[in-house]
Amino acid sequence: MSRKGKEQVQSGTRSSAARTPSVVRRLDEGRWEIPVDYKPGMRVPGVIVADEELLRLAEEDKALEQVANVATLPGIVGYSLAMPDIHWGYGFPVGGVAAMDMEEGVVSPGGIGYDINCGVRMLRTDLTEAEVRPKLDRLLKELYRGVPSGVGSEGAVSITSRDLEQVLAKGARWAVEAGYGEPEDLELSEERGCMPGADPDKVPEKALKRGAPQLGTLGSGNHFLEIQVVDRLYDPVAAEAMGLRSVGQVAVLIHTGSRGLGHQTCEEFLREMGQAVRKYGIQIPDRQLACAPLDSPEGRAYLAAMAAAANFAWANRQCITQAVRDAFSRVFGSTSTDLGLRMVYDVAHNIAKIEEHRVGDRKVSLCVHRKGATRAFPAGHPDLPDRYRHVGQPVLIPGDMGRYSYVAVGTDLAMERSFGSSCHGAGRAMSRSEAKRTIEAQSLKRQLSDAGIVALSAEVGTLVEEAPQAYKDVSAVVRAVEVAGLARPVARLRPVGVVKG
Amino acid sequence: MEIQQADRFEFLPHTADVAVLVRGESLPALFENAAAALFALMVDLECVQERTSRDVELRSADLEGLLVDWLNELLFLFETERMLFRRFQVRELDTSQLRATAWGEGLDLSRHRVRTSVKAATYHGLEIERVGGLYTARMVFDV
Repeated sequence: MSRKGKEQVQSGTRSSAARTPSVVRRLDEGRWEIPVDYKPGMRVPGVIVADEELLRLAEEDKALEQVANVATLPGIVGYSLAMPDIHWGYGFPVGGVAAMDMEEGVVSPGGIGYDINCGVRMLRTDLTEAEVRPKLDRLLKELYRGVPSGVGSEGAVSITSRDLEQVLAKGARWAVEAGYGEPEDLELSEERGCMPGADPDKVPEKALKRGAPQLGTLGSGNHFLEIQVVDRLYDPVAAEAMGLRSVGQVAVLIHTGSRGLGHQTCEEFLREMGQAVRKYGIQIPDRQLACAPLDSPEGRAYLAAMAAAANFAWANRQCITQAVRDAFSRVFGSTSTDLGLRMVYDVAHNIAKIEEHRVGDRKVSLCVHRKGATRAFPAGHPDLPDRYRHVGQPVLIPGDMGRYSYVAVGTDLAMERSFGSSCHGAGRAMSRSEAKRTIEAQSLKRQLSDAGIVALSAEVGTLVEEAPQAYKDVSAVVRAVEVAGLARPVARLRPVGVVKG
Repeated sequence: MEIQQADRFEFLPHTADVAVLVRGESLPALFENAAAALFALMVDLECVQERTSRDVELRSADLEGLLVDWLNELLFLFETERMLFRRFQVRELDTSQLRATAWGEGLDLSRHRVRTSVKAATYHGLEIERVGGLYTARMVFDV
């Protein structure tokens, strides 16, 4: 039944797929350009990574207009990029990447998003689907109980205000030191689970109040916990390095971010940036793109607060990791070590990072905004953990709850073409209201259960909004980044159990 | 110009988030109706009773900023005090200042069906317009 959604997404659109929209011109097989003269104020062209069909979906949306808007920001280098899972966001498109010059460029909180360091973490197990199936219902109930989800979820991990300061300064390291996880978890995470430059004092007071009760919680919307099964291996060497050894092996995917702490941080800095735009005389086409020079007190304060909020998110995913391990231990009556519940990787897909990139023949420091995009560093990059030095950084690409998720690795071409970035998921194809109008809860539940997928949700409306039909086909998105050379698929996984926020 | 209860706000298609068109016969009414839209998105307002109230006072750079800040302040009260609101009165409003009261009650999961949580009200494409005797605002909520 999961395939039905795919047919629905594609069938209505195939007829006009060959039409090339007038705004863009084809660069090569996998990339399209929005010329720099498309819109007044553009400093660089836009580049969209997509096949014809995905490009058409982006064109129908207002997403391309947003790619062009981002191209007007001061100090943007090369091009304003969009990944194939692009869709209309607010300010920046979701699936947008923009790299800014450290001296002339700006940082824009809208280019990171409200959910700072929203990201994905994958754990692998030594269990097989056959071993998990009979206990799936119980496992999901334990996960549901152990990881509070839904609107206003809180109370999983209680911390003092002094603890919170440490969470913001140390990220996942705080959680491991407090007993939530293993040192190896840190090694196998982007930034080792802790952004440098975090300053807890720069996080607004109201953000602390909003975030303190929410550590260890999933939240709502598109956040989830999934039990998945390895379905195909494309690159056995890379898969082996990640501990993904055979088809049928069970893994866990965790998708959440910095909760209310990040939302409030973004909101308050957007207000401040609204003033900064006037102060520094920056012209922006949309107020949601409010920004400040990287080299300004406002810009530096935001980066320090953003890093602290990012650390909250890494601590959050780390605490959830422990809850997942505990749930597995209870259900299977073994320690999580014996069950082989180990990290594959943890990636941020809403974040700005200061990174070294080659522009022309120079090596420069850039502030790379990734809003719904994943870092995708190649083999040999010094920032990678030893285990992945020879294969490249794992790129975790969750799809919808009825089809697949992918694990890929970054490439050298990603460094050349996308500032070491790739896609972050399937991308929505249908609005939430349209999903609610056209998808019936009972038939969705039947569709999922026919496909052998058990889904638990605090609110049935969330399940409908997140139905497979509401998303683009993640396989097409992954093919598009592969064709453009930004990432190489390693494994495909399919969901068997879902906890939705 | 009097508007019908049902015309106070209208949710519009948006791929990832929620767009809303808010109407009001005055600026204070526009702000009140925007707040009603925000909570109507999150919960069935029929189930919320007026048991208590909160006063909100804000300063902001301009009217659009005030509207975003007002809604985000209500979201803050929802997340930190678990307050759901159903009725709003904007008592004072000029281009940089707002004083308002919101009536509602604490979240009770046995009675309140919470549908969606809203992360924030955004500035994206936000414009407050006056057409004839009617004020309108288009907004996007990040959900």
